[in-house]
Amino acid sequence: MSGAASEEPSGSGRRRAFWLSGRGLVSSIPYLWLLLFFLLPFAIVLKISLAEPIIAQPPFTPLFGPDGSLQATIDNFLFLLEDSLYIVAYLNSLKIAGISTLLCLLIGYPMAYGIARSPRAIRNILLLLVILPFWTSFLLRVYAWMGILRNNGLINNLLMWLGVIDQPIQMMNSDFAIYIGITYSYLPFMILPLYAALERLSPDLVEAAEDLGCRPWKAFLTITLPLSVPGIIAGSLLVFIPAVGEFVIPSLLGGPDSLMIGRVLWDEFFGNRDWPVASAVAIALLLVLVIPIMLFQRMNLRREGA
Amino acid sequence: MTKWRKPDEVPFLRLEGVVKRFGDFAAVDGVSLDIYRKELFCLLGGSGCGKTTLLRMLAGFEQPTAGRIYLDGADITEAPPYERPINMMFQSYALFPHMSVESNVAFGLKQDGVARVEIRRRVAEALELVQLGPLAKRRPHQLSGGQRQRVALARCLVKRPKLLLLDEPLAALDKKLREHTQFELMNIQEEVGITFIVVTHDQEEAMSLSTRIAVMDRGQIAQVGTPTEIYEYPKSRFTANFIGSINFFDGKVARSEEGELTVTVPDLGRDLHVRSTRQLAIGSDVSVAVRPEKIVISRDPLDLPNSVRGKVRDLGYLGSVSVYRVELENGALIKVSAANTRHSAEREVDWDDEVYLGWRATSAVVLTE
Ligand SMILES: Nc1ncnc2c1ncn2[C@@H]1O[C@H](COP(=O)(O)OP(=O)(O)OP(=O)(O)O)[C@@H](O)[C@H]1O
Ligand SMILES: [Mg+2]
Repeated sequence: MSGAASEEPSGSGRRRAFWLSGRGLVSSIPYLWLLLFFLLPFAIVLKISLAEPIIAQPPFTPLFGPDGSLQATIDNFLFLLEDSLYIVAYLNSLKIAGISTLLCLLIGYPMAYGIARSPRAIRNILLLLVILPFWTSFLLRVYAWMGILRNNGLINNLLMWLGVIDQPIQMMNSDFAIYIGITYSYLPFMILPLYAALERLSPDLVEAAEDLGCRPWKAFLTITLPLSVPGIIAGSLLVFIPAVGEFVIPSLLGGPDSLMIGRVLWDEFFGNRDWPVASAVAIALLLVLVIPIMLFQRMNLRREGA
Repeated sequence: MTKWRKPDEVPFLRLEGVVKRFGDFAAVDGVSLDIYRKELFCLLGGSGCGKTTLLRMLAGFEQPTAGRIYLDGADITEAPPYERPINMMFQSYALFPHMSVESNVAFGLKQDGVARVEIRRRVAEALELVQLGPLAKRRPHQLSGGQRQRVALARCLVKRPKLLLLDEPLAALDKKLREHTQFELMNIQEEVGITFIVVTHDQEEAMSLSTRIAVMDRGQIAQVGTPTEIYEYPKSRFTANFIGSINFFDGKVARSEEGELTVTVPDLGRDLHVRSTRQLAIGSDVSVAVRPEKIVISRDPLDLPNSVRGKVRDLGYLGSVSVYRVELENGALIKVSAANTRHSAEREVDWDDEVYLGWRATSAVVLTE
C-alpha cells in the first residue's frame, strides 16, 4: 500500500502540475476572465453598496474607518425594501424583459427553424442577414424606431394616408414601444442559439417519428421541440438578462411611467449621486437574476441525473 | 417450390415504373418490382445506385417523379408516411435521444392510441425478442452500436407493420456480430411473419439473408431472382461481376444444338462448350462466364469438355480455399479457387507450375449483355 502511494504524486501535487501545464493554462483563461471582469468589479460594487454616501471624492465612506474599524452597513439594502419605487421598478423590469423574451422566442423560433431547414447554400446568407443590423450602431437603430413610431412617424403617416385612421395612434413613450425596441434589438441573440440547436437536429429523427405514425405537427411537439430546449434556454437567458437591466431603450422609447430598474440605477448614480444606493440596486438586480438561474441549473442537473 | 413462385399468388407490394429525379439526374430510373407476402427481399447495389432513394419512396418521405406504388392492392403513391402501414429502420437508426429505450419502442404504439397496458406488454415482448429487456431504462447514448441497432429494430417490429424496410441494418456491426444478427433477423422474420425489404451493398449478406435479390445499377434493376438464380444464372456481365467473381471469355456462337452451344473464342484459339437452352443466332457476339470455383485445376491433363493450359502466376491462401491466378498462353489471367483439401505443405499446385484448367459444359453460362 505505502509503496504504491509513494509512486503516485499526491493529490495537490498533481493539481499543481495540471495548472502549470499548457492545458491547465488554457483552461484557466475563462477563470481569469471571470475574476478580472466579473468578480473584481462585483467586489468593488459590493463594497460601495455597504458604505454610506458622503459629499466627498469618492462620494462614499471607505470600508475601514480611520481607526481601522470596519464600517459596513446594510442600510442601503433596507432602503430598497422601504421605498416601493424600487420594488415596482424591479417587477416592471422583470415583466417587460419576460414579455420581450417571449416575443423574441415566438418570432425567433420559426425564423431559426426556417434557416436550419433551408438549403445549405443559402443558410449562411440568411444567418448573415440576421446579424447584419449589428453593423450599424445600436443607438442609431433605436432612433430609427423613434422615427417609425412617432405621432408623425412612418406608421402613423402611412395609416393616415391610407385613411385607416384620422388621428395618429400614440405609440411612442409607452410600454408598447419598449417591447418593440427590446424584441427588435435582442432578436438575433435568440435566433443564433436556437439555430445552433435546430441545425444539429438530424432530419432523420422527425422522419422516424412520422414513419411511426406522427402527424407533422405532433412530430414537432414530441421530437423537435424537446430536443431544442437547450437552445430555447440559452436564447431566453441571452435576451432576458440584458433586457432586465436595459437602460437605453426604455429611456428613448418608454414613457415617464414605464419605470425600469436600469433607469432607476442611472438616476441614483448620476442624478442623486448616491453611489451606495445605486450599488445596492445593482447587487440586488444581480441576485434577482442569478438566484433563479442557479435554481434552474440545479433542477436541470437533477433531472438529467435521473 | 417456393411460395412466391406460385403462379396464382398476388404480389403484396407492386412498383410500376417508379422514377425519382433530383434536378435532371434520375436517382431511380424506372423500377418495376413485385414483392410477395413474407418475403425477405434484398436490394443490392453499389454506392449511389438509388437503394436509399427507392426505400424512402416506399416509406413516403419522397414522392416519385413518375410511376405508382401499390401495397396490398391499394395505391399508396401519395399517402403520407404516417398513414402507411410501413415502417423503416434508418441507416442512422434515428433513435430519439431524449427518450429511454422503452419509450423509443413505445413511441409508435402511443401514436396509434393503443391502451397503456397493451403498450407495456407489447414493448416488453419486443424488447425480449431483441434481447434488450434489461436495458429498457437506458438512454440511446448509453448503448453500444449493436444494441442501438436492435432498439431500432424493436421500435419498427413492435408496430407489426405490413412491410418493414431496413436500410443497411447491419452496416455498423463487426463481422462476427453481423453474422449473428443476420441469423437473428432471419429468425425474427420467420417468427413475426412480416414482409421485409433489406438494403445492403454487401453481397454475402444478401446471399445469406434473402428469399430474393434485386441487383440495382444506376437507378435501374439489373436482375431479380433467388440468390441461387442470381449467382448461377446471371443475366448480364454487371450482375455476374457484382455477385462473386467470375471469368469472361468473349467469342462468337459457332454451333447451337441439343441445348449445347459451341462458342469460338479467338483469344483462346479454341472452342468452348456451354450447356444452354437459349436460342442464339450463329455468329452472334457472346461472353462465356465461369465462376472460379467451378474450374478444376490440375498438373495432369483433364478429361473435361472445356480445357485450357496455363501457368500459375499468383497464389492466395485464404485458409479454407486457395485462389490461383493462372496466365493462359495468350496472356489472359484466369481466376481459379479450390478448396484446400490437403495440408498446405502437401499442396499439389504451386507457383509457376504448368497446369491444366477444365470445367463442365454445365458450369458456365452464356451472356449477351
Ligand atoms: N436529395 C437529393 N438531392 C440530389 N441528389 C440526391 C438526393 N438524394 C440522393 N441523391 C443522389 O441520388 C443517388 C442515389 O442516392 P441513394 O442515397 O439512393 O444511394 P444508395 O444506393 O443508397 O447509396 P449508398 O449505398 O451509398 O447508401 C446518388 O447519386 C445521390 O447523390
Ligand atoms: Mg443508402
